[in-house]
Amino acid sequence: MSNWPQDLDRYLRTDPRDAGCDTAMELLDVYAELTAADPAAARLRYPEVAAHLRSCGPCEQDLDGLLAAIRVDADIADS
Amino acid sequence: MTVESPAERAGEGARAPDAESAEWVRALSASGAGRDDAAARLHAALLRVARAELARRSGQLRISGPELDDLAHQATADAIVAIIAKAGQFRGESRFTTWAYRFVILEVSAKLGRHFWRQPHVPMDTADWDQLPDRLGLDPARESEWRDLAQALRRAVEQELTEHQRRIFTALVVDGVPLDALVVRLGTSRGAIYKTMFDARRKLRASLVANGYLDEIPERH
Repeated sequence: MSNWPQDLDRYLRTDPRDAGCDTAMELLDVYAELTAADPAAARLRYPEVAAHLRSCGPCEQDLDGLLAAIRVDADIADS
Repeated sequence: MTVESPAERAGEGARAPDAESAEWVRALSASGAGRDDAAARLHAALLRVARAELARRSGQLRISGPELDDLAHQATADAIVAIIAKAGQFRGESRFTTWAYRFVILEVSAKLGRHFWRQPHVPMDTADWDQLPDRLGLDPARESEWRDLAQALRRAVEQELTEHQRRIFTALVVDGVPLDALVVRLGTSRGAIYKTMFDARRKLRASLVANGYLDEIPERH
């Protein structure tokens, strides 16, 4: 948050579409596969999950981990 | 008008599982050597993912070596129990392996949340606001630019939030406790803490806007 006050402003903003952690975690595999194929399509199909991931560090971290695992599998399949 | 939930939308996208996914479900739901073989292959895949995930996060962790690998094994063991128990619930909305990896990634997060409290001198309920500028990386040389807003934020936390919201906000933002660690300490869920923070953030922003510290968000059209 060193870019104060912009970072604080961004941190405090809430999106009414935000799906929350429970829904995001439930759909993480579906959202991750869609993101791996087409990030814009994932955001369009699940705007509530996208809004949540923009604000929730732990869920975003989990998504990044799942994407990394998917990419490793894709690399193995391609090799 | 009925508003479709994200989960319902995902259900609409469900298709018959691909052949490989169907085979995973069949093998894990069977009995005998076939199931043991599938469980062993799944264990190996999940352990690889858990290790990679812990390595990916290692820059933020104070764990390394055998302790880190032990966490990978614990996360894998717990994930595989859950996956085998729930294999029949797999709906084919993603590949089976992606669905399974989700379990182990979430287990890694939960294990790290628990591990956080094993470190010595972990802060909790200290509410040391003097540490906040340093923790947030605010430049002391530019204190005149952030001091008023920091004080207004603290006032808003003290005056606008409920006791529960204040405790959560202070732990996460002021004391720097990771959310998954707070889940363990309070015996609650990530979603419950996030919802508390969501409401707290909205209140704090409204207060800072009302007092002229932040701008209002333009209405969406």
